[in-house]
Amino acid sequence: MAGFDHAPPPFFKRGPAPLALLTFYILLSLAIFVVDLRFRSLDLLRQSIALVVDPVQRIAQTPGSLVDYARNYLEGMQSLQRENDELRHAKLNNAPDLLRLGQLEAENERLRRLLVVKERESAKGQVAQILYTARDPFSRKVIVDKGQHSGIVAGQPAIDEAGVVGQVTRVFPFSSEITLITDKDQAVPVQIIRTGQRSVVFGLDNGQLELRYMPANADVQVGDLLVTSGLDSVYLQGYPVAKVVNIERDSAYSFARIFGEPVAGVENFGEVMILDPRQPLPPPPPEAQVRGTDGSDKPAGLRPKKQRKTKGN
Amino acid sequence: MQATFLSSRILLPVRPWFIYLSLVFALLLNFLPTAHWPGMPDWVALVLCFWSVREFRRVGMGWAFILGLLMDVADGAVLGQHGFAYVLLAFASAALSRRLLWFPLHQQALQVLPLLLLTEVIQMLMRLAVGASFPGWDYFVGPVIGSLLWIPLTFILLLPQYRPVEQNPDRPI
Repeated sequence: MAGFDHAPPPFFKRGPAPLALLTFYILLSLAIFVVDLRFRSLDLLRQSIALVVDPVQRIAQTPGSLVDYARNYLEGMQSLQRENDELRHAKLNNAPDLLRLGQLEAENERLRRLLVVKERESAKGQVAQILYTARDPFSRKVIVDKGQHSGIVAGQPAIDEAGVVGQVTRVFPFSSEITLITDKDQAVPVQIIRTGQRSVVFGLDNGQLELRYMPANADVQVGDLLVTSGLDSVYLQGYPVAKVVNIERDSAYSFARIFGEPVAGVENFGEVMILDPRQPLPPPPPEAQVRGTDGSDKPAGLRPKKQRKTKGN
Repeated sequence: MQATFLSSRILLPVRPWFIYLSLVFALLLNFLPTAHWPGMPDWVALVLCFWSVREFRRVGMGWAFILGLLMDVADGAVLGQHGFAYVLLAFASAALSRRLLWFPLHQQALQVLPLLLLTEVIQMLMRLAVGASFPGWDYFVGPVIGSLLWIPLTFILLLPQYRPVEQNPDRPI
């Protein structure tokens, strides 16, 4: 090939040997890989690269979103009307509960104040548009259009109109990355609404969720709704997460394999609500404050927890 | 250099800006929403492989590494994952280039297939090693389609280097 090449071979200026270069780059990328994965300390590098890549990605997404927009626009009057009717119907269905919600909240607050219980946290947040799904086939993430610019920080939960969608894991200047609850590394502390039993739900990469560490004889039924338990300091209590769809009880294992399907439209495009971070959890449980005297924390803190657990089971 | 070793038409020298433009265009193709369709090739790997084979003095491992970083950030993958694979791809393509160009195009495509597969397999192994789950067999369809695209890609990317057919017979070059 040297004979065919147009540029004369640079005899005296060749740079390092290819093998040396290869070793250098491989070591560099392995080092970056390990540091990014284990120490998470390369966020600044990632954010600065994202500043360059993000506009290009948005440009690349425009044809697709234009097609979506056109389809939405051309979607006939009829379907819109039908949807409108359905929504009105749903609103009416929910009205008995919703109309009294304000009064209930007020009453709840008053009762809680009477009991000297800490007030329920109210949920606030900001709506973000899902821009695109990350291309990585090994994880389930979406990118939304709000970032550091809008005050998003890593760790905030994201919900849609039906339930929990995921959690913000990385924040870029003008966008942020939400890891969906169906991602393999994502865990959500949940509670079975029927029995009050607490557990943790993990993502399976196939779009389902698995409720792990439940004993084989646990009281779980197909159709049970799992809601966030609020025990972490991330998700507020009571947001629907998943519905149990399949239970495999095998006496050979000590745990039942319980599979659920996310309630929220986790894999759909649309808008999500990014909830503000929760206030830090108070260290002692509220019941301890009522019963115990001021000083001792630990024994008072342990007792009510146990009680609640027996009640739950 | 000729388009294929059988061709008697000598190509013009490549313009550097065209190389960079094609790489940026490949990045754009990777960012399109179509990237989620099953069997979509990794365009950046494909174009990088092409230029590493054709012009290994201009496009080398440095470019591969930078493109890899860009892809990592765009994908939301672990940093260094694409860089590692692309650097290896660029090195292997440059090492094979002297041999590869002496084959007809369809046999070139056959020889490019292992290179593209290698890029994907390395990325998969890196992620599996740190706890990801197997992404499914359609993950490997991309490289196969990519190697089939080698034939049209050669014609498209060499297009600016062709000379006009009508030329002065006294001055063949």
